[in-house]
Amino acid sequence: MSERILEVSGLSVEIPVPSGLLHPVQDVSFHVDRGETLAIVGESGCGKSLTSLALMDLLPPKARRQARKLELEGRDLTSLGERQMSDLRGDRMSMIFQEPMTSLNPAYTIGDQLIEAMRRHRGVSVAEARDRAVWLLEKVGITAARGRLGQYPHQLSGGLRQRVMIAMALMCGPDLIIADEPTTALDVTIQAQILHLLADLQREFQTGLILITHDLGVVARVADRVAVMYAGQIVEEGSARDIFQAPTHPYTQGLLDCIPIPGKTARGAHLGSIPGIVPSLVGEMQGCHFADRCRHARGLCRAGAIGLREGAGQSHRYRCIQSLAEAAAHLIREPEAVG
Amino acid sequence: MVSYVLKRLGIAVLVAVTVSLITFSMIYLSGDPAVALAGETATEEDIEQIRRYYGYDRPILVQYADWLFRAVQGDFGQSHYLKKPVGDVIFERLPTTMMLGLCALIFALTLSIPLGVLAAIRPNSLIDRVALTIAVVGQAMPSFWFALTMMLWFGIYWRLLPITGSASWANFVMPSIALGYYITPGVMRLTRAGMMEVLSADYIRTARAKGLRPITVLFKHALRNAIIPVVSLAAVQFGFMLGGSIVIETIFAINGLGFLAWESIQRADLPMMQAIVLVLSIFYIVLTFLADMLNAWLDPRIRVA
Repeated sequence: MSERILEVSGLSVEIPVPSGLLHPVQDVSFHVDRGETLAIVGESGCGKSLTSLALMDLLPPKARRQARKLELEGRDLTSLGERQMSDLRGDRMSMIFQEPMTSLNPAYTIGDQLIEAMRRHRGVSVAEARDRAVWLLEKVGITAARGRLGQYPHQLSGGLRQRVMIAMALMCGPDLIIADEPTTALDVTIQAQILHLLADLQREFQTGLILITHDLGVVARVADRVAVMYAGQIVEEGSARDIFQAPTHPYTQGLLDCIPIPGKTARGAHLGSIPGIVPSLVGEMQGCHFADRCRHARGLCRAGAIGLREGAGQSHRYRCIQSLAEAAAHLIREPEAVG
Repeated sequence: MVSYVLKRLGIAVLVAVTVSLITFSMIYLSGDPAVALAGETATEEDIEQIRRYYGYDRPILVQYADWLFRAVQGDFGQSHYLKKPVGDVIFERLPTTMMLGLCALIFALTLSIPLGVLAAIRPNSLIDRVALTIAVVGQAMPSFWFALTMMLWFGIYWRLLPITGSASWANFVMPSIALGYYITPGVMRLTRAGMMEVLSADYIRTARAKGLRPITVLFKHALRNAIIPVVSLAAVQFGFMLGGSIVIETIFAINGLGFLAWESIQRADLPMMQAIVLVLSIFYIVLTFLADMLNAWLDPRIRVA
């Protein structure tokens, strides 16, 4: 029995905007076990980053968070005040951000920024914290680590900075790491390195990892489980295998159609695309969020809220009224239609 | 870092030389100094004699070189009016002006930086509006009028503070406020704008994600970055204050450099005026240089640039 690290149930985020109430995250539920990687996938604006910020309680000031259940290692996060929350942040749960170029403070050395969290949470001496920082910098593949402590962010490349960010997240040995598009801002050659590094470290330290990305290629390589988000909702969740082998929700299927597979996708063939744009999330929304872009949409799709149903795989869920048989039929038909 | 310091130092010296040249040329912009010195009743011969006596008959460049050579040794010539070495008079008055400038700067910074920070943390709150009001009033009110108003209330009606002279610390309270209030709005608004920008920066989110205390996030991570442009502005404003102290010192009859400048202008004491302008300019240059050094210390990216 694996150890449950994070349990999220019914998480919603609301932001008041001039034209009404924005619902960027709606009734999101998922969990992460120790040593497990959960990928949250979706296009920009689907609420995946806000979901992660909501977990850390780092939402913008105007945003409101609601959740039926938000537990980190059995501790209820919804009842914690700002002070108690900051005791957990950077200690039990830490975050790696998308922009390594701007996520480090330009005015301080990386050594200084590395040891901060450990000094705050563990009250260790500077020397002790620096020793751990050096050890972790070596772990994330930075050479001459001790010398790097005195360097400033602008003296490091983007890839190096992201490695520093990863080392920083690991300083207190957290139970959960949230990586919000950690490779998006990096060169393609560096992306794979950083990803492998994250996966290796996660295995070594046995932390839970939430990997937020829009890149399904990234997901395929490292995720144990995948949650696909669309317009503020999780539309499909399951093991990586289920999601890639038997995608059930039309949106997931559409996403997968968009990726060329070397050796399988014929040269010169049209890649799939999903027509239309993401709906506005201001105000209440009736029915399926994806209905306007879905080619299987029927009247029933817009009639009322669509719940999650059990999918084919184990703990596989999808938010659609079409049956598994219909989804499977689409999967078989699709390659011919594309070719 | 060393090359940065040398570069800044080189620029400072070049600016100082340029300023000295302009300062020197001032004599000729205000007319023939010999005629001005001789007075209205002087004959052609008198003027000619004065011209030769003071060396105004030599080529301008020679005069400039001579003046500059002496000036760098602290010899600014004789005051036409006081019949004393200009340098002695200036260095006698200088501490008073510096004291006034420093008090005014401390007043301005202790008022504007905390207010700017508070306004940035809670934009559009009551404290933000109070700060804005202070800024608008400060910007709109001429410092001489503000000085006179303070004198009237604190000095004459309520008799709390002395209105003239520079004998004790109490004499410096009103002039410092009058002088310092003038630069408060700019510094405060820049602090507010800088803080607001920095507080929404990614690295502030990183700092919060580490679980650092709000105080640490605010002062260690935000203020240090927000203060960088403020330092440059404060240095320039401090220079303005030294110049602006001419008005304030005259109003409060403080025996400083500004008051001396005003007296010298009235007496057409050219060597004195030249020297005062030059000394104030050099101060300005030194301040800018110090601000650059302070900024290089605050912002590591400047050091390598």
